Amino acid sequence: MHGTASVTTEAAAALAEIRREDDALVAVLSGEWHLERPAPRFAQLMESALSVGPTGARKVRVVNVDASALGIWDSSLLIFLRQCQEYCEAHQIEFGTVGVPERIASLLALARVVPERVVDREAPRLSRVARFGLAGLAAWDATQVAVTFIGEVIQRGALLLRGRVRMRWREFWVVVQSNSSGALPIVTLIALLVGVIIAFLGVVVLKRFGAGYYVSYLVGYGMLREMGALMTGIIIAGRTGAGFAAELGSMKITEEIDALSTLGISPIDHLVLPRVLGLFVMLPLLVIYADLVGIVGGMGVSFAMLDLTPTQFVNGMLTAVQLSDTMLGLGKAAIYGVIIGMAGCMKGLQTGSDAGAVGRSATSAVVIGITFIILANAVADWLAALLQL
Amino acid sequence: MMPAPFAAEGPDAVPPIDVRHLTMRYGPFVVMRDLNFAVNRGEVFVIMGGSGSGKSTLLKHLIGLKPSAEGVILIDGEDFGAADAEERKTVLRRMGVLFQNGALWSGLTLAENVALPLTEFTALGADAIGDVVQLKLALVGLRGFEDFYPAAISGGMRKRAALARAIALDPELLFFDEPSSGLDPVSASRLDDLILEIKASFGTTIVVVSHDLASIYRIADRALFLDIEQRTMTALGNPAELRDHPPNDAVHRFLTRSSEGVT
Repeated sequence: MHGTASVTTEAAAALAEIRREDDALVAVLSGEWHLERPAPRFAQLMESALSVGPTGARKVRVVNVDASALGIWDSSLLIFLRQCQEYCEAHQIEFGTVGVPERIASLLALARVVPERVVDREAPRLSRVARFGLAGLAAWDATQVAVTFIGEVIQRGALLLRGRVRMRWREFWVVVQSNSSGALPIVTLIALLVGVIIAFLGVVVLKRFGAGYYVSYLVGYGMLREMGALMTGIIIAGRTGAGFAAELGSMKITEEIDALSTLGISPIDHLVLPRVLGLFVMLPLLVIYADLVGIVGGMGVSFAMLDLTPTQFVNGMLTAVQLSDTMLGLGKAAIYGVIIGMAGCMKGLQTGSDAGAVGRSATSAVVIGITFIILANAVADWLAALLQL
Repeated sequence: MMPAPFAAEGPDAVPPIDVRHLTMRYGPFVVMRDLNFAVNRGEVFVIMGGSGSGKSTLLKHLIGLKPSAEGVILIDGEDFGAADAEERKTVLRRMGVLFQNGALWSGLTLAENVALPLTEFTALGADAIGDVVQLKLALVGLRGFEDFYPAAISGGMRKRAALARAIALDPELLFFDEPSSGLDPVSASRLDDLILEIKASFGTTIVVVSHDLASIYRIADRALFLDIEQRTMTALGNPAELRDHPPNDAVHRFLTRSSEGVT
C-alpha cells in the first residue's frame, strides 16, 4: 500500500518526496536546498500524497522525515520543515523529528519556542458606519485639541502683554533673524514675479479698452491689498512654519519638551510665544518689502509693454491707492504670521514618536498654514468690503 | 496622650511617593493595572521589568507627564493628579528628572541648560546662578564644559550634564529613566557611583527605571517588578533577596537572566 507524490523543481535542486507507509507518511528530502531557488511546498506535497493514496486508507497518524540523502541546505529547508510542523499541529498529526539532522532540529525547536507575544492591540474589523463614526470622533477630538491650543496661546499672549509671563526673548530674536535677511532672496524673487504677473494681466485686459494706463492701479491695489501679504505668507508657511514643526517635533522626540514640562515650564511660554510673536512682527515687515519689489516688477512690465515711464506709473498709482490699502495688507500679514506660527508650533508639539512623524508634522503644518491663510484672506476681504475699506 | 507637634514628620510617616490602585492606559489598552506601592524616603527604588512592560510609562505617570487612568499618585501625601497649576509647580520644584537620552535643550549650552531651572524657580542673581552651575557641572565631572552645546559632547557626557541639570535645584526626589542605556560599561558604572553618591550625600529619594541587572543589584534598596504577561506588579523587595527567593517564575527569569523557570 504505497502512494508516492513528488515535486521536482530543478535538476539536482531541492527535492521532497512523500511516501506513504500505512498510517505514516515519510518525507524524503534530497538535493541542494537554496533560498534563492524554488523549493517544494509542504501543503502541495501533502495534497498530492493524499489524493494518490487509496480511498478508505487509515488516517495519517505520524509524519516522519528522512534526510539521509540531503545535500547542502539553508533556511529554505527550515521553512519547509516549519510548514510540515505547522501542518501536523493543525491536523493533530505527530511530527517525528527523528530523521531530522541535529542542527536543523535545534533550529526548528528554537523557532518553535519563541512565543509569539499575545498582542491584543490589534484593532477589530469595523463596519463602514463605525469607521465613519470613529473618523468623526477623531476629527472632533483634533478640533478640541486645536481650539484648546489656540486658546492657551492667546491667553498666555495676553498675560505676556501684561508682563505676567516670562518669555524667552532669545528665541524671539532667532525667529526675527531667520525671517529677515534670511528670507529676503526668496521673497524678492516671488514678489517681483507676482508684480510682473499682475502687470501682464493688466496689460492684456486693460489694453483692449485702451486703458493701459490703469495698469498702475491694478498693480498697486493687487500688491498692497492682496498679493504681497498672501504670497509672503505662503512662502513663510513653507519655509518657517515647516521649520517650527520640525524643530519642535524633534524636541518632542528627544524628550526636550518633557524636560521643560517636568520643570513646570510651559512649552507655550517658552517655545510657542516667541515664535508666534516673532512672525507677528516680522511678516508685516517682509510684506512692506515684498510690496515695494512687486510694484517695481509691475513698473518694469508697464515700461516695456506700454511705454509708461516710472513717474507716470507712480503718479497713476498714487492717485488710486490709499494708506488704508497698505494697512489692510499689513494687518492681514500680521494675522498670517500668527496663523503660521501657531500651525507650525501646534503640529510640532503634537508630533508622534516614530521616524516619519517629524516629516508628517512639517507637511501638515504647511498645509494647515496655507489653508488658513487663504481662509483668513477671504474673511478679511469680506470684512473690508463691509467696512468699505 | 497628645502627639508631639511634629510627630507626623517622622522619616516614614508620609512616604514621598505613594501609588494607590494605579492603572495606566494607552488609549483603550491597559498597560498595567492596579499598581500599589510606596517609596521610602532616602532609598533607591528601582522599577524593573522587560522591554515594553510599561516601566517608562510608569515613570511618566510619577513625574506628572501622563494622567493616570485610575488610581492616585500621592507625592508627599498630596494628590499630584488633582493638583492645580500652582500646586503642581511646587511639587515639580522638588523633583529632578534624568531622561533616557538626557533630553538636554539642544539650543542651549550646558551652563544654560543647568541654569534654566534656577532662573525659573529661584530669585538668584546671575552671579549666584553661575556659581551653582559651576558646582553642579563639577559634581558630575564636567568642569570646563560650560560653554559646550549638547551636540558637541559624547552620550555619556550628555547624560552627566543632564544629571547636573536634574540636581540643579537640590531635588528631594530624583528620577532616572534607564540611566545605563546607551552607555559603555565603565560610563554606566560611573553613573551608578554618582547615583549612590547623591543618595548618600543629599539623602535624596531616587527612583530608577532600569533593566540593567548589574546596575540594579548595585544601587537598588528595593525594586518593583512589572510583569508584562500579568499586566501588573508581581514582586517588590530587595533585588538580591528576590533573586534568592523568587516569588514567581517571571521574576526568577528576569533576575537570573535566564530563559527557564525555577528548577
